[in-house]
Amino acid sequence: MINAVGRDIPEEILKQTGKEVFQGSHHFDGAEVRTESHHIKIRNDGGSKVLPSIHDALVKCGIHDGMTLSFHHHFRNGDRVLNMVIEECHNMGIRNLTIAASSMGPQNDPIVPYLDDGTITNIRSSGVRGKIGKAISEGHLQGLAIMASHGGRVRAIKSGEVKIDIAFIGAPTADDYGNLGANGGRADCGVLSYAAPDALHAEKVVAITDTLVPFPNFPQQIKGIYVDYVVAVDSIGDPTKIASGAAKPTTDQRKLLMAKYCSDFVAASPYFKEGFTYQTGVGGASIASTKFLADEMRNRNIHMALGIGGMAKPMCDLLNEGLIRELVDTQDFDLEAVRSVAENPHHHFIMAGEYASPLTKESYVNRLDIVILGALEVDTHFNVNVVVGSDGYITGAQGGHPDTACGAKCTIIIAPIMQGRIPTICDDCTTVTTPGEDVDVVVTDYGIAINPKRQDLIEAMKDTDLPITTIEHLRDIAYSITGKPEKVQFEDRVVGIIEARDGTIMDVVRQVKPFSLED
Amino acid sequence: MEIKKPAIAGTVESSDCLVSVEPGDGKIDFSLESSVANQFGHQIRKVTFETLERLGVDNVKISIVDKGALDCTIKARIEGAVYRSADQYKDLPWGGAIQ
Repeated sequence: MINAVGRDIPEEILKQTGKEVFQGSHHFDGAEVRTESHHIKIRNDGGSKVLPSIHDALVKCGIHDGMTLSFHHHFRNGDRVLNMVIEECHNMGIRNLTIAASSMGPQNDPIVPYLDDGTITNIRSSGVRGKIGKAISEGHLQGLAIMASHGGRVRAIKSGEVKIDIAFIGAPTADDYGNLGANGGRADCGVLSYAAPDALHAEKVVAITDTLVPFPNFPQQIKGIYVDYVVAVDSIGDPTKIASGAAKPTTDQRKLLMAKYCSDFVAASPYFKEGFTYQTGVGGASIASTKFLADEMRNRNIHMALGIGGMAKPMCDLLNEGLIRELVDTQDFDLEAVRSVAENPHHHFIMAGEYASPLTKESYVNRLDIVILGALEVDTHFNVNVVVGSDGYITGAQGGHPDTACGAKCTIIIAPIMQGRIPTICDDCTTVTTPGEDVDVVVTDYGIAINPKRQDLIEAMKDTDLPITTIEHLRDIAYSITGKPEKVQFEDRVVGIIEARDGTIMDVVRQVKPFSLED
Repeated sequence: MEIKKPAIAGTVESSDCLVSVEPGDGKIDFSLESSVANQFGHQIRKVTFETLERLGVDNVKISIVDKGALDCTIKARIEGAVYRSADQYKDLPWGGAIQ
C-alpha cells in the first residue's frame, strides 16, 4: 500500500505489525488516545532495594524467554549497561528477547553474535549505528528492527504498543531507595531524559549504578517511587567516550560556507526576533551556524527565549552570556553541557516525552521556531533520510529529527551537496525518515532550496543576496559532479521498519543484496 | 600500450582510489572493490574500460580499490599506473591519450 510519502509498504508487514501506513504528519491531530500503564508490586517494608548483581535482578524480575528489555543511550559510545545485561541473559540461556533501546551504536558491537544465536530476535531503537546496523541489514536479526523517533518511542511506550517488561536504567548516582541522579558519579551523562518513559511505564525498573550514594540522593532525575531494584556494578560507562558526541569547531571551508548561508537565512527569516526558540544539532556546520547566529543576536540585540534538545558547549556559552534565557536539555554531547546542566539554574533537565512525544498535550518541539538538522540524503520531494546509508545499510538514527521537523515553524536541513561520491541531494531517498511536508529549507554548499509550499519564506528571501535556487537544480549540480547513482539493489525480505512518530509506517528497510558487476 | 611491469597509482584515502596494473594474459581482467559499488560500480567499470581503450591498453590485469573517487580521479589514477608500468615519465601525451 502506497503511503503519503509515496513508499510502497508490503501488505504482509502491515498484517504482521498491525500497523497502518503513514498518512501525513497531522493525520492524528485531535484524536483521543487512551494511555496504558503497568503493574506495580506493592512494597511496604522500607528496606533497601539494592541487589548484589544483575543476575539477581534478572531472577527477581522473573526473566524469561520473549521478554522486552529497555535501555537508554545517555552514555553514548561509552555505555556498558546494555552489553552487561544482555551478556548475563545469554549466560542464563534466555532467548527471543526484544531490546527496546532509546538508541544503539558501536558500543553495542559485542552483542552482534547474540542476534545469530537467537538471544535477541527483535530490536526497537531510534536507529542503529555500528556493526549491529550492518548485521541487521544483512539479515542476522530473526525478527524486525523497528526504528522510531525519540518522541515516537515515548508514544509507543505510553500507548502500550511497546510493553517493557524490565527497564534497565544506567544511573551515574543512585541511593538504596532508587533515587537516580545524572551527575556526581564516575560516569556522568548530565541528564536521564530518555530513561524517563521507561521508569514511568515499565513493569519492572532496575537501576544500574557504579556510584551508590547515601539516601537521600538529591537532585534526582528519576525518583525512587518508580524503581524496583538497584544494582551496583564496577563501571556503567567509559567517561571518556560519553561526552564525545560534539564536533570540534570546524575550519572546513565548505562547512563554514553552509553555516554562513544558514545563519544568514535564519537572520533574514521572520522568526528571528526577540524571544525566539531554537534547536540545533552538534555537527560541525550546525555548531558553526549557531556561532554566526550569535553574532547576529548581539548585533541586533535579540535574545533566544529557549534552546531545546541535545546540548553542547556553544549553546551553554550563549546561555552564560545571557543571549539565551533557558535551556531544556534531553542529551549532553560534551562535558561542558554535562557541567552546565548540573550547575546552571537556567539549564533544565526535561523528559523525552516533554521534549518530543506526539502523545501529550503538546511537547516542546511544537514550540520551536527554528530547528537546524542534518541529513544523509534529501530528495527532490524534500523527504529526508537519516537512518539508511546510500549503500542500503542501516547506519544512523532518527533521533528527534522527525519530531522537531514536524513541530518547528521553520525546519532547516543543512547538508553538503555530496559526501565523497554520494550525492546528498537526490531523486529519491534510499529510505524516508522525515516527510517532505515537514521540511522547509535545504541549505547546501551550492545554494539554498526552499520548499515550494513555503511561498512566504521564498517571498521573505527575495531581497537578500542568498543563493536561493530549487531543489531540482541542487540535485542536477550534485549529479553533474558525481554521476547519476544506480538504484541500490535489495533482497525482498524486510529487516526493518521506519516508524513515523504517530506509529504508522513511513518506510521499510530491506535486506541488502551483495553487489556484483553485471556482464 | 603495453603493460611491461606491475605498477600502482593512487591511495586508499577517502575520495581517491588505488589502481594496480600488471601484464595480462591476452585480455582486460578487471576487478573492483568500492565503497560506492552499489551506486557506481558499473560506472567505474565503464570509465575504466574507456580510459584503457583511449590509452590503447587491451592486455592487462587491472584492479581498483575505490573509496568514492570521482570519474576524473579514477581516469587520472589509471593513466598514472599505466604510464608507470611502461616506465614512461617524459613526453606524456597531455590532451591526447591523457585527457
